[in-house]
Amino acid sequence: MSFWRAIALAALCAAAPALLAGEIPPEARRSGYSFMGPDTRAMQDDDTSNPGMLFVLDGEALWTKKAGSADKACADCHGDARSSMKGVAARYPAFDKSLGHPVTLDQRINLCRADHQQATPLPYESRDLLALSAFVAHQSRGFAITAGDDPQLKPFVAQGRDLFMRREGQLNLACTNCHDDNFDKRLAGAPITQAQPTGYPLYRLEWQTLGSLERRLRSCMTGVRAQAYDYGSPELVTLELYLMSRARGLPMETPAVRP
Amino acid sequence: MWPPRSSRRTRAAAALIAASLVFATGAQAEGPVPYRIAGDGIPESLTGAPGDATRGRALVLARTTTCILCHSGPFPETRFQGDLAPDLTGAGNRWSVSQLRLRLVDASHFNPETIMPSYYRADGLVRVGRNFAGKPILSATEIEDIVAFLATLRD
Repeated sequence: MSFWRAIALAALCAAAPALLAGEIPPEARRSGYSFMGPDTRAMQDDDTSNPGMLFVLDGEALWTKKAGSADKACADCHGDARSSMKGVAARYPAFDKSLGHPVTLDQRINLCRADHQQATPLPYESRDLLALSAFVAHQSRGFAITAGDDPQLKPFVAQGRDLFMRREGQLNLACTNCHDDNFDKRLAGAPITQAQPTGYPLYRLEWQTLGSLERRLRSCMTGVRAQAYDYGSPELVTLELYLMSRARGLPMETPAVRP
Repeated sequence: MWPPRSSRRTRAAAALIAASLVFATGAQAEGPVPYRIAGDGIPESLTGAPGDATRGRALVLARTTTCILCHSGPFPETRFQGDLAPDLTGAGNRWSVSQLRLRLVDASHFNPETIMPSYYRADGLVRVGRNFAGKPILSATEIEDIVAFLATLRD
């Protein structure tokens, strides 16, 4: 190899992002939106027809509603979410210093309730939690996802990746088997997406309601006939973190609409 | 994973319960019967009797067996077929009954990286759902019925 060739190769290696085998390079990453038909796209695109916007409006009302024995509303500390929550959801799950591990946006909302409002936690998938989460995440619509950039999250991203790559359940399939290796193909007639979680919580026509990424992950696990992880479990949180870091650079869409 | 808040004692108790569950499911004996691989196939029927091709066709089209989720085939009445795996048209030309049987029983025998599940296997799996633990995806009778049907798929 000539001297200049060696230099060119070294430069190329240095410039290439640290991708592992089987992973989707940034320029090939596609939101689930690009796999949908025109009707579902139109439903998401128009705020007056997007059913997720009803949850966002509910969340906006909850934001200023006092709760708990502290008799405080989110807005009493955070002010106008339109400025204070801008871009925040694009960085979640985020590392929590006092807990020493990542927390999801849902968990952050409940930590805030416990610590600052002295209120009881909102149950997972409850309308109020989804609404607040949707309202906060909506303030990041259009922002590029950067979750997982915090160096403290590195080991947790790796744990989530291990779970993504691990075959599970009676059907013995890993997430990667479909969502890295076979996206764009059809499973029972329906397109397989890249599993880029750009629009959660999102309105799924199949559910006829808004739902979290954890709900989606649990139903995929049930699909491969595995025992689904519990809501809020370290496994689901690290999987969510890995998926968000895997979607790095894609714009947030909350509230997305999916079939 | 990060350390759970539960005490060591709770975890020990959980391990004990898990261990007793393993024994309980093992005692149910719904697991697969032994079979003999010869060359690239399983020559003998898993049930000792030939399968029923008519029942086999219905099984291939039933979404619960999962075949049609990934495969397509000469099934004009079925709208939602998959394209993750080869079309089943002509499967009976491509493979012998013995080869078809091993492909269904344990496709990973041919390719460890395959996404096709091993339909007659109940061990070495991770985190299997409670309703499915200790059982193969298909019974010996179902495998034989499907094999009998696939053998009829000739161009």
